Amino acid sequence: MVAEPLLSVRNLKTYFTQDEGTVRAVDGVSFDMALGATLGIVGESGCGKSITARSIMRIVDRPGRIVEGEIHFQRPSGSGGAGSMVDLAKLEPNGALMRSIRGAEIALIFQEPMSSFSPVHTVGSQIIEAIRLHQPLGRQAARERAIEMLRRVGVSSPEERVDQLSNQLSGGLRQRAMIAMALSCEPTLLIADEPTTALDVTTQTQILDLMRRLQQEDGMAIMLITHDLGVVAEMATDVAVMYLGRVVEQAPVDAIFHDPRHPYTRALLRSIPRIRSRTRERLTPIAGAVPHPYDRPTGCPFHPRCPEFMAGRCDREAPILRPVGDHHAVSCFLYE
Amino acid sequence: MLAYIGRRALLGIFTVWAISVLAFAIIQLPPGDYVTSYIAQMASMGSVVTDEEAQNLRIQYGLGQPIYVQYFKWMRLIVQGNFGMSMEWRRPVTEVIGERLWLTVIVSVAALILTWVLALPIGIYSAVRQYSVGDYVATFIGFIGLAVPNFLLALVLLYLGFVLFNAHIGGLFSPEFQDAEWSGARAWDLAKHLPIPAVILGLAGTAQQIRIMRANLLDELRKPYVVTARSKGLSEARVILRYPVRVALNPFASTIGYTLPYIVSGSIIVSLVLGLPTVGPLLLKALIAQDMFLAGTIVLLLGVMTVIGTLISDIVLVLIDPRIRLEET
Amino acid sequence: MAEPEAILERGGSPLGGPTAVADTREQRIFVASQWQLMWWRFRKHKVAVASAVVVASFYLIVLGADFLAYADPNASEAHRSLMPPQRVYWFDGGRLSPHVYGLKGARDPQTFKRVYVADPDRKIPIRFFAEGFEYRLFGLIPTTRHLIGVDGGADATQAVFLLGTDVQGRDLWSRLMYGTRISLTIGLFGVTVSLILGVVLGGFSGFYGGMADTIIQRTIEILRSIPTIPLWMGLAAALPRDWSVLQVYFAITIIISLLGWTELARVVRGRFLSMREEDFVVSARLVGCSQMRTIFVHMVPSFMSHIIAATTLALPAMIISETALSFLGLGLRPPAISWGVLLQQAQNVQTVAISPWLMLPAVPVIIAVMAFNFLGDGLRDAADPYGR
Repeated sequence: MVAEPLLSVRNLKTYFTQDEGTVRAVDGVSFDMALGATLGIVGESGCGKSITARSIMRIVDRPGRIVEGEIHFQRPSGSGGAGSMVDLAKLEPNGALMRSIRGAEIALIFQEPMSSFSPVHTVGSQIIEAIRLHQPLGRQAARERAIEMLRRVGVSSPEERVDQLSNQLSGGLRQRAMIAMALSCEPTLLIADEPTTALDVTTQTQILDLMRRLQQEDGMAIMLITHDLGVVAEMATDVAVMYLGRVVEQAPVDAIFHDPRHPYTRALLRSIPRIRSRTRERLTPIAGAVPHPYDRPTGCPFHPRCPEFMAGRCDREAPILRPVGDHHAVSCFLYE
Repeated sequence: MLAYIGRRALLGIFTVWAISVLAFAIIQLPPGDYVTSYIAQMASMGSVVTDEEAQNLRIQYGLGQPIYVQYFKWMRLIVQGNFGMSMEWRRPVTEVIGERLWLTVIVSVAALILTWVLALPIGIYSAVRQYSVGDYVATFIGFIGLAVPNFLLALVLLYLGFVLFNAHIGGLFSPEFQDAEWSGARAWDLAKHLPIPAVILGLAGTAQQIRIMRANLLDELRKPYVVTARSKGLSEARVILRYPVRVALNPFASTIGYTLPYIVSGSIIVSLVLGLPTVGPLLLKALIAQDMFLAGTIVLLLGVMTVIGTLISDIVLVLIDPRIRLEET
Repeated sequence: MAEPEAILERGGSPLGGPTAVADTREQRIFVASQWQLMWWRFRKHKVAVASAVVVASFYLIVLGADFLAYADPNASEAHRSLMPPQRVYWFDGGRLSPHVYGLKGARDPQTFKRVYVADPDRKIPIRFFAEGFEYRLFGLIPTTRHLIGVDGGADATQAVFLLGTDVQGRDLWSRLMYGTRISLTIGLFGVTVSLILGVVLGGFSGFYGGMADTIIQRTIEILRSIPTIPLWMGLAAALPRDWSVLQVYFAITIIISLLGWTELARVVRGRFLSMREEDFVVSARLVGCSQMRTIFVHMVPSFMSHIIAATTLALPAMIISETALSFLGLGLRPPAISWGVLLQQAQNVQTVAISPWLMLPAVPVIIAVMAFNFLGDGLRDAADPYGR
């Protein structure tokens, strides 16, 4: 029996309506995540990856709203029946149910370790707040749990760190503290939105190692959002490639790297500088530029830059995600 | 933290000294001195002051000596608690000022508290519900508060009160309590009369603080730590109040300190219009009569009051913002 | 930030695909200069634009005060003391013919005091572009034409007073026109002085830092902690009684700006401090620009818009200060006319209860302050591209 996916997003659309026009930040995104898997979501800046994450967490800022789609999430046993599914898109964003899921069952860490903590509260108090929000622990017990979490994520002298302000910690330490806070209630899904982009390479490796270790220990799933294909290659089991608010290809990580089907995925892979390339060889960027959000191309969003553009088809209709192999789906007319 | 407070206190002392010099200089600027105007006053009433009498008066008030000598004499007296004699009223300055200074303090503090109490919630609401009807209403009232000078507002309200309600809304006391001894009843009478002057004085400050709070909060609401708080599962109200508001409160608190000089100085004119028994009307008369000790003392005391108030607000700021506390350790 | 003149790439793909067509509107935004961007943003702010119109109108009045007034502002007529505003009747027997009623004296049967009542039998027509007292248009051309007036020219025994008269019988409307001139220009001079002081001291403070910064900062803090009105009262009271109107005018200006420069200095200092670390400043120095050049050619244009906004916001404070001082009798004195001087007549409730029109000069004060505030806000919003 095929296990129910942990998270199943179907045709998610999140639009931002402003005076100047409507930005279709997420325009029909669908993907699945299995329990304990690591899904890497890649794409250029502005393709809607972060908004997808925020939509799942139901913390999209006004004027954005989910206009269509379903977000089926499998709740862990013990919280209203074993393995019960709930459609997050239908919940009240600020309602009690969504808030009990948010932070406890799905956690979010994101890019800016420098300013992700409140500058006027201690690190510890913020972690303890997360703990006591979802677990019936007293103040002392929560504090001990916070210290223990900090230790688990590799923060030295956690008993002192817990009473420090965030600006007394380095970037790497802050990101670890964020992870500690996110994991303090043992979520089944961790959404990591560009967790290492703002860190230097050494710290990057450490944080990724940490995440992998924690994942092995706790068995949680990770949705890793990044524009860095190297990180994806290291961490992900599956990959979804996004462009202009749509998933254009989804496949296991090996298939993406060795058998990319969508022209955009191929172009992305081609544009990575290789260590073994000849000196003075030109890099191959993707032609053109990402269109202005108010000025989306008709039909397939990638067609103005696509080397395989088929006039008459690609600029008229938009392709949808279809399976082309084992767990491999592409959204392109080349494969229909 | 103590070092920080110490520095602020030192600055406060400097300020008080600067004010005293300025106050004294102001008094000395007009040509002639009190004796000249006293002579003129006597002459207009028909009596004559002989040169000898004038000279004696001069010696008595120390008016013939160089400026800095007079200043030091004045300072020495003040440090001993002797604020001198009001030449016009022929009584010690402290007597003439009497309870007026305390009433000035009470009115100013009432206005300050009102500013806080109104500006904070309205500013928060305005920022969180940006572009809503409430926001526009608050902004509009804020602009009215900024645009209408407080003394004009006082005048208009007086007029309306007189014409519409046939009531005299000026003054801080009902006639029967005006010169009475302090008692519970008198305090209650004062409290009943306080709201109008407090609102008039505080309105401009409130308007400004609303705008500052709104702008600060709008800045903070966009920051990542707000997203963190939300993603933990906190209710929206807690997210806003516990995080961005706390951070936005810091610059807000520090500006409160500077509202005080504005309120105090505003109270001078508003007291004139409303006929409040505070220091304002007294100062005006003293300046026109060149009553040196009285005017100088009033300006000095007003300055001291303001500096103390600013110092208190600095201390409050330190207590609120742990970042400053940490910088000093 | 330095001028954002990026050109949108319109290259074709080497593989022959169609290019991404950018909207011409977006392209215009990319190539617009800083001032153009500011103007476009400003234009969206309807209220600010309206305020700009109001401010412009005020200054037109400043220029044309003589023309808009119809009575000599200093001509006092005891028997016209404290006249209420006259009602203007627009139609006379069906024809458009604005006129007011003349006045006749009568005795109030109860108080036996002389009162003036409207006399419907005497209709005084209002003429446009009528003859009135002599003045010099733009200070050059002697003329006697005014916007409105009544027959008989400068020696008319019948007169119109649209806004009533004051205790000395002087027409309030005309005095208001002249008062506008002084009130609005005193603000300009004061702001200029504050601007110079603020930019120089704030710039020193922010650019050089160190001891100069500390001293100037402390001075600013000391000045900010002092309650201003008592200080102004003192300084203004110290002005000798026998100074001429002009001397008093300038002295008041200096007094007000001596305390008002602190706000501008803070803005300038803040800008300099934050800009010192900006890359474009560092690169200017690295390229070899002298300090002067760095400051004036590179840094100052960046915050020029902020300065303009701060200056516009400083004007209302000047206007209110002058009005307050003159209201107390410590500022400008008659025969000078400003809004504050006009309001001096409205100092107590009893007077105002009988002649409420004496409070009318408060209206232009409020409108002017509001207009400048909205305008300054609009400019500040437009100048800061990252605020929203």
